[in-house]
Amino acid sequence: MPRLQVKDMRLYYSTLRGVVRAVDYVSFDIGEGEALGIVGESGSGKTSLGLSLMRLLPRNVHTFEGSISLNGTELKTLPEEEFRRNVRWRKIAMVFQGAMNALNPVLRVEDQIAEPLLNTTSTSREEARKRVEDLLKMVGLSKEVARRYPHELSGGMKQRVLIAMALILDPQILIMDEPTSALDVSIQAQIMNLMKRLKSKLNLSILFITHDIALASDICDRLGVVYAGELAEIGPSETILTAPKHPYTQLLLASIPKLTGSEMPKFIPGQTPDLANPPSGCRFHPRCPYVFQPCSQQNPSLIILNQQHSARCWLLEKS
Amino acid sequence: MELLKLENLSVHFQVRKGLFKTTPSKAVDGVSLSMNKGETLAVVGESGSGKTTLGRASLRLLKLTSGRIFFDGVDVTDLKDKELQRLRKRAQAIFQDPYSSINPFMSIREVLMEPLAIHKAAEGKEAEERVYKALADVKLTPEEEFAAKYPHMLSGGQRQRVGIARALILNPDYVVADEPVSMVDASSRAEILHLMRSLQQKYGITFLYITHDIASAKFFSDRIAVMYLGRIVELGSPNDVVKDPLHPYTQALIQAVPEPDPANRLHERKVIPGEPPTPTNIPKGCRFHPRCPSFMKSKCDVIDPSLAEVKPGHYVSCHLY
Repeated sequence: MPRLQVKDMRLYYSTLRGVVRAVDYVSFDIGEGEALGIVGESGSGKTSLGLSLMRLLPRNVHTFEGSISLNGTELKTLPEEEFRRNVRWRKIAMVFQGAMNALNPVLRVEDQIAEPLLNTTSTSREEARKRVEDLLKMVGLSKEVARRYPHELSGGMKQRVLIAMALILDPQILIMDEPTSALDVSIQAQIMNLMKRLKSKLNLSILFITHDIALASDICDRLGVVYAGELAEIGPSETILTAPKHPYTQLLLASIPKLTGSEMPKFIPGQTPDLANPPSGCRFHPRCPYVFQPCSQQNPSLIILNQQHSARCWLLEKS
Repeated sequence: MELLKLENLSVHFQVRKGLFKTTPSKAVDGVSLSMNKGETLAVVGESGSGKTTLGRASLRLLKLTSGRIFFDGVDVTDLKDKELQRLRKRAQAIFQDPYSSINPFMSIREVLMEPLAIHKAAEGKEAEERVYKALADVKLTPEEEFAAKYPHMLSGGQRQRVGIARALILNPDYVVADEPVSMVDASSRAEILHLMRSLQQKYGITFLYITHDIASAKFFSDRIAVMYLGRIVELGSPNDVVKDPLHPYTQALIQAVPEPDPANRLHERKVIPGEPPTPTNIPKGCRFHPRCPSFMKSKCDVIDPSLAEVKPGHYVSCHLY
């Protein structure tokens, strides 16, 4: 049984422009020690997906439906208090986007890392300090960092502190939302190396949310590509990166400028749809080069191509 | 034919340190560079490398600490008022953030008319026609429809095209594009870059393409300059710099860039340790020596290497060569 199972997740927001369908019937699972990448452009709903698993929802939620089960226990129906006490941060923790602004500027690093531990368990301050020291070591920081304030740290160090913070209660699931988008590539590579090490050492299950499919390939065992709130394709990294079936995945891969090889990067004409008013039929059809008759009429379902690999495209239905 | 020449350019900012003390931050520290008419030079570097400062300084938007700028053979370092405005007409910029660099209260028509009015380049019917031509150039068609729109009605990619149209409407000779696609959706990035490249070639514009993304520089430039802590450490054709990088920093930068490959996850990437020091605290000797895997004691930490041509057209500043 997979550690985390998400089924038919829907998260809609009420806005002045109408109901925005940020996450629309998304299903996936993550196994023990496995990293699943959720790749999508801005406005595809990928951040909403991560926040919904943590139940950190804005006030204007219109619909929040579906099933989230962790080791077979349904989380969706848990009362808020129980979710806060036993699940959030304890079972599912998150590394937030924007290393620069995600820390409290007036608290010392050790106080921020230890906060969940001191608030939810009967750990003594001494034990907590020891635990913070161990965590800092694990994320590659010296123990002196514990006494510092965020402004005394570089971007890469802040990101490591955020990772330590997420790991303090030994979560089983770690959600990482664009964890390196504020960092330079050389620092990004350091952080990704660290994550690879932690993933195998702690047997972490990771949900890695990013707009950069190349970066996702640096850690993810499986990849899910989201477009306009829906999963367009999901499968093992090998399949998604080398033999993708959905035209969007194919074009997204072709749009990346590659250092090796001389193929000019291509682009997808048009723009990402407005989630308050998505296109009829397949949401990708206005930009798809292979569009044909059924595409604008009806949204295809996620077609299972083999046990691991599914894609949402009428071309695959036909064959 | 040379259009722009920077001679030993330095821009130091005064950074506050404590209540009364200031300390210089050497954002650009002795850069010499020349650009030919109609070429695209990519300046690649990480944050704090001085690439943006270099671009702004080359437009005379910043006060130089030292050095000279020659534009089309004329020393423009100390130009004032009227003469400077004449330079402005020929040297334009495309900015990083298409959300904040366009006035939200102005229609696209007004945004594009403004440079024409300021420089008295065209008015009335002629100005209108230039606006439509600029919109057609950046493929925002039907032109009349887009001219009437306001920025909030456009996507990020479309706004950035307005930014390009605004920079090109005066038919400039030189354009600085500072991270023009970093805020554009991944699937539209290549579109903007292709568009800029084709307009640059069509009108023979000299382009300074500032980016942190060496892979895009490989495809959309004629030469690449790699910057580290205020200096150019390597300069050459994309082929030279990307396929055969000589400077240890360039090599490390290239190794750090992930490519979509399922094998990536199975091994750790080779990385340079540490982070770049701040420009207020530049190491002695070679600026890269504290992080360099090929560090040679009592050479690299003592002697500051200069940019030298090691192969025709391929320059590197490193004691290894």
